[in-house]
Amino acid sequence: MVTLRLVDVGVRYGRRPVLSGITTPEIAGGTVTAVIGPNATGKSSLFRRIAGLLEGPGEVRVSDPRPDAVCYMPQDTAANTVLTVYESVLLARKQRTGWSVAERDLVAVDAALDRLRIRDLAFRGLGELSGGQRQLVSLAQTIVREPSVVLLDEPTSALDLHRQIEVVDLIRSLARERGLCALVALHDLALASRLADGVIVLSDGRMHACGPAREVITDHMLRTVYRVDGRVSQAPSGRLAIEIHGALDAA
Amino acid sequence: MATVTTAGARRAGRDDYRALVRRRRVLIGLLAAGLVATFLADLALGPARYTVGEVVDALVRPAAADLQTAVVVWDIRLPVALMAVLVGCALSAAGAQMQTILNNPLASPFTLGISAAASFGAALALVFGVKLLPFGLDYVVPLNAFIMAAAAAMMIHLLSRARGVTVETVVLLGIALVFTFNALLALLQYFASEQALAAVVFWTMGSLTKATWPKLAITAAVVVATVPLLARRAWALTAMRLGDDKAASFGVNVGRLRLETMMLVSLLAAVPVAFVGTIGFIGLVGPHIARMLIGEDQRFFLPASMLAGALLLSASSVVSKMLVPGTIFPIGIITALIGVPFFISLVLSSRRRSW
Repeated sequence: MVTLRLVDVGVRYGRRPVLSGITTPEIAGGTVTAVIGPNATGKSSLFRRIAGLLEGPGEVRVSDPRPDAVCYMPQDTAANTVLTVYESVLLARKQRTGWSVAERDLVAVDAALDRLRIRDLAFRGLGELSGGQRQLVSLAQTIVREPSVVLLDEPTSALDLHRQIEVVDLIRSLARERGLCALVALHDLALASRLADGVIVLSDGRMHACGPAREVITDHMLRTVYRVDGRVSQAPSGRLAIEIHGALDAA
Repeated sequence: MATVTTAGARRAGRDDYRALVRRRRVLIGLLAAGLVATFLADLALGPARYTVGEVVDALVRPAAADLQTAVVVWDIRLPVALMAVLVGCALSAAGAQMQTILNNPLASPFTLGISAAASFGAALALVFGVKLLPFGLDYVVPLNAFIMAAAAAMMIHLLSRARGVTVETVVLLGIALVFTFNALLALLQYFASEQALAAVVFWTMGSLTKATWPKLAITAAVVVATVPLLARRAWALTAMRLGDDKAASFGVNVGRLRLETMMLVSLLAAVPVAFVGTIGFIGLVGPHIARMLIGEDQRFFLPASMLAGALLLSASSVVSKMLVPGTIFPIGIITALIGVPFFISLVLSSRRRSW
């Protein structure tokens, strides 16, 4: 099974470092890791760096050498195109599998659409979809490439509560059944604790903490990273309950 | 007897996709058939009256046809008719890719100032005899036009890459280029002798009657050299329609693809303008027709755009001969007159919004 390990990874835009010194223990396939942190702390930059879309110091060690092993799913943006959902998913796969469309490409697209239960949308134009539907299509575009490491940038941001839970559970089961190593950037801490086996907390371009949700999401972390006053407790179900009292004044 | 499908076994997406692909192939075939028809009509029409039969006869067996017919068909009408097809293909392919990589429905060689730049380059040669290149004396006018067009294309590319430039600003910059080159052109016209002025005006109106076999050969060579390079990038170019971020996440080298495509586009846009003058709207309308008929999968969109552009220009060529029998109107006037209302009706009638 695939493993991912970051060693002193950083990102620079020009001379300005936006991320530095990210080192993680070995992250195994079949697990989900939530990446949390306030806005503009480098979550997207970290994903782009891991996916090889940005240069920077340090080393990203992925045990799977295939070129499409690491797939990055950027944050959802609207596309004004007449491309259909089916075409857009096929398109994601065809960037590396040769010019002509083979039967196995079409089978893979059907499987991806079925897995995300969006087969009914297959021949709708991308421009006609709601934000939530587009996010599901983005997920289909990611899994159709048969990656072993997926980097999902806020996959639930446009979803209603029901869809959020559905997608989060789907990501978990996909990771388990395919042995995927999934990193998911999230804003919702409760969702992160439900989804993830481990949590990476980024703050100001550095790694604040890394570990199981129970150990990482704490009152102290809320104060120092998010600058909010709150209380984290363990509910009888074993899940984390987070109660926010208010924002702290800027220091 | 109809086969009974098991309950719940719905038609797989791939069956519908295959049907979609078949439908697209049929539509491309229809466009090609339409082009053949207008091409033949283009050959049959002209100041000298021949039947389609006589024209086809002169084409297939030039030795057996009478000399006058053979000369008219082979040396006058065939270059013009072929030039209409080639220029239509080239301008429409250029427009299609400009719209794709600049992510803008208004992008075309005409609207973003490439054609205006080419006209200015041509006028420099016509009015002052300025040579922008030290060689190619027989082709000073087209060479100048090409250099200015390529420079304008590169300028648009560089400006569109600058920080903070959005889709809207690229079009505004293009319009600024159009006005700049038109003003420079007017300045040249002001200084021009009467004879040079007539040549410049004729150039800016665009005319296929300037077509000759050597010019055809060069235009054909450009189309044959560039189109396969674009076709090879079909999947990457299609991915550009999902936005830069998405395309990059699929593994497309967005910056390099844009630069390469813009270079190919400047060749495709400049060479026809260099030989036949300014012909507007083909590069804008052709791709839109293709998009509405076929969608944006470049494997079908690129050939459909080229066929639609060729069909439009070929049909315009026919119309230019029919308006006043015995006279051939400059084609640029026809394409603008047909193109604009056609374009407006397309935009207003399209149920599926593509942009």
